[in-house]
Amino acid sequence: MTASPIPAASASAAPASAPAALLAVNAMSVNHGPVPAVVDVSIDVAPGEIVTVIGANGAGKSSLLNAIMGITPGSGEVTFAGTPIRRHPVEARARLGLALVPEKRELFSTMSVIDNLTLGGWTATPAERKRTLEEVLDRFPRLRERRTQMAKTMSGGERQMLAMGRALMSRPKLLMLDEPSLGLAPRIVGEIFRIIADLRASGVSILLVEQNAKAALNAADRAYVMELGAVILQGPAADLAADPRVAGIYLGV
Amino acid sequence: MDATILLFLVQDGLTNGAIYALLGFALVLLFTVTRTIFIPQGDFVAYGALTYALLRAGHLPGTVKLLAVFGATALAVELWSRRRDLTPGFIATQCATKLGVPLAIWAVVAVLGAAPRPVLLDLALTIAIVGPMGPYLYRIVFQPLGGATVLTLFIAAVAVHIALIALGLAFFGPEGQRAPALIATSLKLGPVVVSGQSLAVYATTILLTAALSAFFALTLRGKALHASAVNALGARLVGIDTHVSAKIAFALAATIGAVSGVLIVPMTTIYYDSGFVIGLKGFVAAIFGGLGSFIITGIAAFSVGIVEALASFFASSFKEIIVFSLIIPVLLVRSARSHHGDDEDH
Repeated sequence: MTASPIPAASASAAPASAPAALLAVNAMSVNHGPVPAVVDVSIDVAPGEIVTVIGANGAGKSSLLNAIMGITPGSGEVTFAGTPIRRHPVEARARLGLALVPEKRELFSTMSVIDNLTLGGWTATPAERKRTLEEVLDRFPRLRERRTQMAKTMSGGERQMLAMGRALMSRPKLLMLDEPSLGLAPRIVGEIFRIIADLRASGVSILLVEQNAKAALNAADRAYVMELGAVILQGPAADLAADPRVAGIYLGV
Repeated sequence: MDATILLFLVQDGLTNGAIYALLGFALVLLFTVTRTIFIPQGDFVAYGALTYALLRAGHLPGTVKLLAVFGATALAVELWSRRRDLTPGFIATQCATKLGVPLAIWAVVAVLGAAPRPVLLDLALTIAIVGPMGPYLYRIVFQPLGGATVLTLFIAAVAVHIALIALGLAFFGPEGQRAPALIATSLKLGPVVVSGQSLAVYATTILLTAALSAFFALTLRGKALHASAVNALGARLVGIDTHVSAKIAFALAATIGAVSGVLIVPMTTIYYDSGFVIGLKGFVAAIFGGLGSFIITGIAAFSVGIVEALASFFASSFKEIIVFSLIIPVLLVRSARSHHGDDEDH
C-alpha cells in the first residue's frame, strides 16, 4: 500500500460475524477500586479487521485494553483465537499471539533498539526472529538507523515506533494499540497512521484505541464509541464518521 | 608496619573483597530482578561452606535432606496454587523438578559415600545441593508476595534469614567446619607469598564474573532477565514469564553463595550462623552501587575487603564497626541526591 492519502474504509465493510471472531469480549466490566471504569462492554474483532474504540479521555478505553491483555483484572469472558483466556496471565496471552502496545510503551529503557526488538521476538524460533527483525527494520527505517541507541534516549515518536516494532516481532494475530498518537507531533501522527494502514495491508488485525477520532475512523473498518465506561455506539467506521452524534462530540464539526 | 605487612594485608583484603564482590553481585541481581533485598544471601554462604566441608570429609551433609524438604514444600505450594487447572503433564513436570531433582542429588551423594573425590566434584555437588534452594525459596516465600512493596519483601527476607539460621542449626548442628585449601601450593612473587587458596578465590571470582557478564550480554535468556529487571510489565507483554526470570536470579544467587562458601571455608571456620556477617559485607558493597550497579559494587567490594584487612591490623576490635560505618556517608550522599521516584522511565 502506498503512502497517504489513506483510503477510507469502504462503507460496505461488513460487521464481523461473531463465530469467526479472532477476539471476542463478552460483558467485560473493570473496576478501579469502587470506581467502575468499564461497564458490561462486549466487542469483537474479526481476522484481518481494523477495529477502533474511540471516546473521550477517561471513557474506559485503556482500561478495556488492559483487561483484555490481562494486566488489570476484569470480569466477563474473553475468547482469543478460539481459546478462553480469562485465566491466562499476561505472558500466556502474549504467547497465544495477542500483543499490546500500551499507552506508556513499557520499553526496556536502558537496552538498545536491537535488544528491545529481539526480546519482542522472545516467543519465536531463532530463524523466525531473525527474519522478522529484518522485516520490522524495513518497516521502520528510523529504527534501523538507531539500532544501537538506548531506548530511553529516543524521541517520543521513535519510542512509539520501537514499541510497535517490538510488538510486531512476535508476529501477533492481533495487535492492540493504546493511543499510538498521544503526545506526538502531527507529522509523526501521520506516519504512525500510515504504518497502521500498511499493517492492515499485510493482514495484521488491529484493535486501535484513540482519542484522535478522525484519524482512527479513517483507518478502521469498524468502530465502537465509549462513554463513561460503556459502548454507546457501534458500526462501520465510515458510518460513524458521518454520524452527527459522533461528529458533534469527537470530530469537532 | 612495613611494606611486607602492608602487602600481606592488601592481599588478604583483596581475597576477602573478591568474595564480597560475588555476594554483592548476587544481591544486585536479586534486587534488580525481584526488588528483594535478600538478607539470607549470607546463609547460602554458610550452607555452601558446611556442605562442602562435610562432603570433603566424606559425610552426608544435612542440606541434602533440607533440599528435599524445600522441594517438597515448593511442590505443595505450586500444586495448591494451580489446584483448579491441574493436568497430568503439569503435575509430572512439577514432581520432577521439585521432588525428583532433590532426591536424585541425595541418591548421588549417598552412592558416592565417603570415597575420596576430586575437589571440583565436591564443588559441583555443593552447587547442586545449595543452588536449587534459591528457586524453591522463591516459590515458597516470594512468588506468592508478587507485587508487594520493597519493604514487605524485605521483611519476608528477614524471616527467611531467621528460618535458615534455625534450619542450619537443626541440620548441621552447632559445630563449626573447616575444609583443606582448594590449592595446597603457594606462589612466590618477590617478597609476597600468594597462597593457592587466594589464587583459587581470584580465579573463581574472575571466572564467575566473566560468565555472568557473558550470560547477560550474549544470551537471549540473560537479556530476558535484564529486561525483567528494567521493566517487568514490558517483559510480560513480550511473553517473558517474570517468575522464571526470578527463579533463575535466585538460582544464580544461591549458586554464588554456595561457591563463596566453598572459597571461604578453607580460610576460616564456618558455623551455621556465620554467613550473616559475611553477607552483610557484600551488602555494604551493593549499597555503594545503589543496589543497581555491578561495576561500582565490584570496586566497592574490594575496598571493603582492604579496609577490613587494615582495620583488623590497626584496630582489630573495631574491625566490623569500621566496615559497616562505611555505608553511612554513602547513604547520606545517596539520600541527598535521590529524588525518590520510580526508576522506570517511560
